[in-house]
Amino acid sequence: MSWRADVATVRALVRRALNEIFRVPGAAIPGILAPTIFFLGLTSVFGSLTLLPGFTTSSYQSFLIPISMLQGAGFTGAATGVNLARDIEQGWFDRLLAAPAPRPVLLAGLVLSASLRSLLPATFLLAVGLAIGVHWPGLLGLLIALFLVMGMAVVAATWGTSLAFRFRTQSAAPLMQIGMLLAILTTTAYAPQHLLTGWLQTVAKYNPVTQVVEAARQGFVGSVSWSDTWPGLLTLFGLAAILGFFALRGMRRMTID
Amino acid sequence: MTGRLAANARVVAALGTRSVRQTLRRPQLLAPLILFPTALLAIQTAGAGRAVDLPGFPPVDNFLSFMLAGSIVQSVMFTGNSGAIAFAIDIEMGFTDRLFAAPISRYAVVLGRLAATATLGAMIAVYFIVLGLIFGAEIKEGLPAAIWIVVLTSTSALAFGSIGAAIALRTNSASVVQGIFPLVFVILFLSDAFFPANLMLDPAAWIAQYNPLSFIVNGIREPVIDGWHLTTQLKAIASVIGIGAFGLLLCEGALRGRVRRGV
Repeated sequence: MSWRADVATVRALVRRALNEIFRVPGAAIPGILAPTIFFLGLTSVFGSLTLLPGFTTSSYQSFLIPISMLQGAGFTGAATGVNLARDIEQGWFDRLLAAPAPRPVLLAGLVLSASLRSLLPATFLLAVGLAIGVHWPGLLGLLIALFLVMGMAVVAATWGTSLAFRFRTQSAAPLMQIGMLLAILTTTAYAPQHLLTGWLQTVAKYNPVTQVVEAARQGFVGSVSWSDTWPGLLTLFGLAAILGFFALRGMRRMTID
Repeated sequence: MTGRLAANARVVAALGTRSVRQTLRRPQLLAPLILFPTALLAIQTAGAGRAVDLPGFPPVDNFLSFMLAGSIVQSVMFTGNSGAIAFAIDIEMGFTDRLFAAPISRYAVVLGRLAATATLGAMIAVYFIVLGLIFGAEIKEGLPAAIWIVVLTSTSALAFGSIGAAIALRTNSASVVQGIFPLVFVILFLSDAFFPANLMLDPAAWIAQYNPLSFIVNGIREPVIDGWHLTTQLKAIASVIGIGAFGLLLCEGALRGRVRRGV
């Protein structure tokens, strides 16, 4: 098959996933609502943390917004895994496997749809955030944040699809969601690294997602620099490559079974 | 009269036992009640632990001691919601209809479900107290406070569960009951479950001062971090009774509605 056919396959799979937004709008609401409630709630509750000496900004909503955007991406990516598990349960994915399309192309269709869908909660959160006083990150800061959000959705989707191929049931949904939630929250989500306490200070230091959080946050709490950006990009490429490998291996095993 | 009461008590006990076993046998039902609040407790305690240094923060040994009450109440609200979902599934699958057709009080069927929620609430309180003690929390008022926390948590679970049960009875739909789950977080964030109200931002800070959930949280928290205060405990008891009475009234209305509709 030519590369044109591959692109057409990816486009068809992306379109199928995006159709769901229009045909089942209710399904997209939890992915938007949950991070928004967390964003508004945590801002109200922990907003005074900025009064601590050494806190990097006086606006907690600006500090928190990238976390909520990445959370939205995490939920969206996990939802891709849940939808795939549903397709496997209903036998639809078996028919897809029987098609003469390369496995990486099928995976690309799934994860690209997640990255596009993640723009929905990110845009909504950004609008809510700007309305309640989030600092404007500048065009470059915004583009970097959105690119990282889309990348995080790819990572979450490869994580979700790996689990969907492993368990082949929608019952694995909590594992997909909680995995992403923990990956994002065990970073500098609530406070800067030096203000974290106990075990989280160590975990956040070595959690690769911290680099993604810091890269997405830079425009909202300060100025944008390449030195704060590349570690986040590298982490996302690394995570997507590793989890993508597992997802492809799961898909191949499913073909053999 | 006494015989009928004893029969209804047996029904409540049997249905309560069934519901508790149902939850304990399915990890997917138990996990959100325990795992999620535990993970949030661990992350928020370490993530916002320096908050105890803020001016105006009540004097506490550590942030875990402060957060414990919030996590207990969070878990209890999840339990109420999860019990209501299980009740709605029973209604959807026709199990409750068969019970309603049996010569037992309809109220006993609802109370059976709520008894299970109260039992799970007590188990959750014990779990979080043990967890807190292991990881460095200290209960100032000792064993009497621990017992009081279990009682207050258990009755709170029953009170929150009654509202969920009423929604299940009125809608007959598990997905509708599941849909109120985000509301649990809204109510939690608008109380001082996770942070002192005087350090929260408006309008949440203002609402938290009058939110009945804050009174329950403080009823659990004060014997842990400070000591007994009669006014705080009376407010907590009044809140539990108020929420419970409201929920049971809604249940009664829903049950009457079902009779009227012939369901």
